[in-house]
Amino acid sequence: MNDVWIVVLVVGAFTMVFKAAGPVFLGRRKLPAKAQSIVDLVAPVMLTALVVTQTVGSDEEIVLDARIPGVAAAAIAIWRGAPIVVAMFVAALVTALVRLGA
Amino acid sequence: MSNRPNFGEEPHPARNKNASLNREVPPLERCYVRSVPTDARPTPRIRDGVRAALPLVLGPLLFGLSFGVLAEAAGMSTAAAVVMSATTFAGSAQFAAASVLDDGGTVVAAVVSAVLLNARYVGQSIAAASIFPGSRPRRFVESQLIVDESWALSGRSGRFEWPILVGAGLLLYVLWVSSTAIGSVVGSALGDPSDLGLDAAFAALFLALAKPYLREHKAVAAALVAAAITLVLIPIAPAGVPLVVASAACLLGLRR
Repeated sequence: MNDVWIVVLVVGAFTMVFKAAGPVFLGRRKLPAKAQSIVDLVAPVMLTALVVTQTVGSDEEIVLDARIPGVAAAAIAIWRGAPIVVAMFVAALVTALVRLGA
Repeated sequence: MSNRPNFGEEPHPARNKNASLNREVPPLERCYVRSVPTDARPTPRIRDGVRAALPLVLGPLLFGLSFGVLAEAAGMSTAAAVVMSATTFAGSAQFAAASVLDDGGTVVAAVVSAVLLNARYVGQSIAAASIFPGSRPRRFVESQLIVDESWALSGRSGRFEWPILVGAGLLLYVLWVSSTAIGSVVGSALGDPSDLGLDAAFAALFLALAKPYLREHKAVAAALVAAAITLVLIPIAPAGVPLVVASAACLLGLRR
């Protein structure tokens, strides 16, 4: 088996176990109150961290580029109650226009 | 939408009580019964999940194509690229592994970078664990539809919803695997999805989905801590580590 297939199969196996961890091992069992109060914060925490990596992250460095005005414009749209699609479109449009001009 | 009469439609399993009601009451009364809103927050269906993911289709399509192109350049056969998309089903980790191989990196480096990037799914799958019904094998299979976008969309109402996760996950999965195959075969005749600003569009998606959670002080504090940890770690830690360490901000949940 060549290197490529080792990477494909090992990464695939790890990821499948990661994704199944909660539903398969925990299932519908109720978490203790303390654990639940930690898990309740997973969504806001993970989503915020993803916003940061998607906006300024790039291969282990912080890159400030056209994504920032795009995401800023989307943030204003979201704050004013725009639907998700509109926010995404605004981000893409502003970013693409800034890149085109640069 | 859900209050609309669903003539001729298959009743949803989760709405069995409504279904039996529809069959037993005479037509006139049915209209009356239907006109009374019985459920303020209707149970979504799988097709609602598909619909929720429709605005996102361009992303997985173009990034899937470019993963196929990169995989081909990195010496992966079309079969290997497609198997990776079908089993890993997570863009960032696949890009990381393929670019390590493309740069002549070792197998260990490629595996470690991709596994670190995907470690965040442990937290996500624990957070959504209770929504998966059925037997253990079924939960295993359906949990594979967890990907950042389907997971985030399924929590858009403030609690995780299984039909949204499965519907959105299925659409994204089909697009991701098929566009990988096309990209790998067609090759590099395609442009860079970043030219269309799609990278920023995904930041906007996650921001929009974070908003409903950020009403509580505790969640805002945890989100700010997570953002700070991520910013500090991006330049000094391998990709993926910032997301995993940032999840430590969830410990703020222990504070009253």
